[in-house]
Amino acid sequence: MAPNEQTVFQRPSSLKEVPTHYCAGCHHGTVHRLVAEAIDLLDVQQQTIGIGSVGCSVLLYDYFDIDVVEAPHGRAPAVGTGVKRVHPDSVVFTYQGDGDLAAIGTAEIIHAANRGELITVIFLNNTTYGMTGGQMAPTTLPGQVTTTSPYGRDVTKEGYPIRVAELLAMLGGTAFSARVAVDTPKRVMEAGRTILKAFEMQVKKQGFAFVEVLGACPTNWGMSAIEANERVGKEMMDYFPLGVYKDITASG
Amino acid sequence: MSDNVFMAGYGGQGILLIGNLLACAAILENKNATYFPAYGPEKRGGAATCTVIVSREEIGSPVMGHPDSMLLFNQLAMDKYVNRIASGGLCIYNSCLVDEMPKLQTDIHKLAIPANEMAAELGNARLVNMVILGAYAARTGVVSMDSLKSGLDSILPERNKRFIPGNILALDCGAEYARKAAGRS
Amino acid sequence: MKKRLFVKGNEAVAMGALEAGCRYYFGYPITPQNDIPEFMSREMPKVGGTFVQAESEVAAINMVLGAGAAGGRVMTSSSGPGISLKAEGMSFMAGSEVPAVIVNIQRPGPGLGGIDVSQADYFQAVKGAGHGGYHLIVLAPHSVQELYDLTMLAFDLADRYRIPAMVLGDAMLGQMKEALVPHAHQLPEDLPPKDWAITGKGGRAKGNAVKSLYLADGELEAHNWHLHAKYAQLKEKETRFEAVGLEDAELILTAFGGAARIVKTAIAMARKEGLKVGLIRPITVFPFPAEIYRTATAKTPKVLCVELNNGQMVEDVRLSVDPMADVRFYGRPGGTGSLPDPEEIFAQICKHYKD
Repeated sequence: MAPNEQTVFQRPSSLKEVPTHYCAGCHHGTVHRLVAEAIDLLDVQQQTIGIGSVGCSVLLYDYFDIDVVEAPHGRAPAVGTGVKRVHPDSVVFTYQGDGDLAAIGTAEIIHAANRGELITVIFLNNTTYGMTGGQMAPTTLPGQVTTTSPYGRDVTKEGYPIRVAELLAMLGGTAFSARVAVDTPKRVMEAGRTILKAFEMQVKKQGFAFVEVLGACPTNWGMSAIEANERVGKEMMDYFPLGVYKDITASG
Repeated sequence: MSDNVFMAGYGGQGILLIGNLLACAAILENKNATYFPAYGPEKRGGAATCTVIVSREEIGSPVMGHPDSMLLFNQLAMDKYVNRIASGGLCIYNSCLVDEMPKLQTDIHKLAIPANEMAAELGNARLVNMVILGAYAARTGVVSMDSLKSGLDSILPERNKRFIPGNILALDCGAEYARKAAGRS
Repeated sequence: MKKRLFVKGNEAVAMGALEAGCRYYFGYPITPQNDIPEFMSREMPKVGGTFVQAESEVAAINMVLGAGAAGGRVMTSSSGPGISLKAEGMSFMAGSEVPAVIVNIQRPGPGLGGIDVSQADYFQAVKGAGHGGYHLIVLAPHSVQELYDLTMLAFDLADRYRIPAMVLGDAMLGQMKEALVPHAHQLPEDLPPKDWAITGKGGRAKGNAVKSLYLADGELEAHNWHLHAKYAQLKEKETRFEAVGLEDAELILTAFGGAARIVKTAIAMARKEGLKVGLIRPITVFPFPAEIYRTATAKTPKVLCVELNNGQMVEDVRLSVDPMADVRFYGRPGGTGSLPDPEEIFAQICKHYKD
């Protein structure tokens, strides 16, 4: 590096130097980076344990330079519970998609939150099942066409999208619950701060912390990366408002 | 050689407690013993039965189709089980709650005990079970009265230990009744 | 004389687990094994251990997966319907080689079935209840003492082979009480270190991954052959059985677990009548002790397999015996009023002894 140059941006040390398998325009990569930055900033890479879930993000261990255990579909919060009870001073996070967390894993996330497990949960909501090919998710918007709601989600038959951040905020064991998005630079910065906060609360043993991240799935939405990115702000945020729904550390 | 006994009555009559006590007393005597309860979905008021087997040798089955002895606490138990007693076996029953002896298909020994009356005389209606167990132990000699008394201390939870003297009295009372009955017959 | 306690079978399992160093228990109530979680909830805090009553059997087994992957000595217990729910987790644990102990105090099925004595879950236990073709180590105690001893052994075998181990009990063994001689657990000195466990990297050059997903060319096949080799090693080194009276036997009875208790009394009745009857009792049902069946039936071809189901272990017996052997079956599936007594089995012995 020349004397007049300085590094302003680099790969977080908690991420491996590997090419990504995620589709162009997918937000998993962005969220991976934010999680890795939080781990680096807190200097906990050596004691962090990731719980991989089933979905596009299953290959967590390919990207994160940390210890990882792979959970069955939806069970990451239960697996995380077991891990954390054995290593109470470690930093345990689950990384789950909307099918995993809000459909098949509904019981596990609600009860882990309600027990106040000292873990951090990162939930990527992109309104569809990504890896299995764009099927209807519990967060699919009303009218949204997916491969299993080809006529658009009919709420009279298929129910309503579940607002998980609000739901978990109602539970006594939840210490922190927020929804962020990663579709604009400003929101990415905000999401980074929120994710950092959710990890910091675990380090400080303040309780169960949950961050829902609105993200895009251009491939399964049948959109270009740019169109998909725009949809997050235009369509998703009306139904899934951003904000902090619970924070036991906030004053007032 | 083993001693095996089947006990039956209403839930709440303390059947399982004396089954436990008998097996525990046998173990205190360095014998082998099994206690096997039958149980239903309800916690109270159903039928209660258990089998206790005592032996100097390894015990196989904890249940027997035709037990050597039965302790039957009410008419229902009498009607249902008495004909399963092994030929030449022993039936001790609570004559206060058994009005009628069914027609028997085999020769067995019978000992009727007015256990409810005796318990009432002792001042505690709940001692019926100990009266009958005392009679069984005295009649068969399967375990000593002393072992039963020590067993009470191991079996009863702390909060119930204050009942031990009453239980001992009832065991003795039942044993005494069995001895007198043997003298008469 | 060693100290003898008077203990309920279910509690013996929990006592054995604690003695073996189990410090994590995750479970969900189901009859007839509730004494185990109740005991653990009472005793775990006293030894600094963890007890969690999970929201479901599914969650419980996944907590076990997490704790086992993290290197802890961990256990769960349940009965048939709950074990079905754990099947997914057991498959993942077998695939990702997570050691743990799973206890099944069997009840009759299928479905809700009943809460009495049965051995309805033999297939489920030894054939791998979940998907993908795997095995657990399955130990089949037949006494309160063995519930205690084999639970301890299950932890050591699980750790030695990096495999989930099941203790396959039943409602008879779980609910009955008999003498138990407690003893200190001797942790084998040659257990491999858990250097694969997820603990946080803690300065290691590479992160550990406990996983069962293998997508690269040939990777999954290699992994499955690795698991297969482990099962072969188990068959070679870890089969356990009890054999009695085979020397002069004209008829060999075979039974495992609670059924073996009833059979033992029936055999004593038969011997008293001068009938030469022997017994083979598998203690490990996976790995199945095939060799003793082959050698014993080469001499005594007639076998009567007795089970508290409609015929499950008998399939493994038939695969194990000498080609000329004559394997017969007697069983009842369990349910209220359906527990065969020794006299009934004795009658079967008399019948099969003659023809």
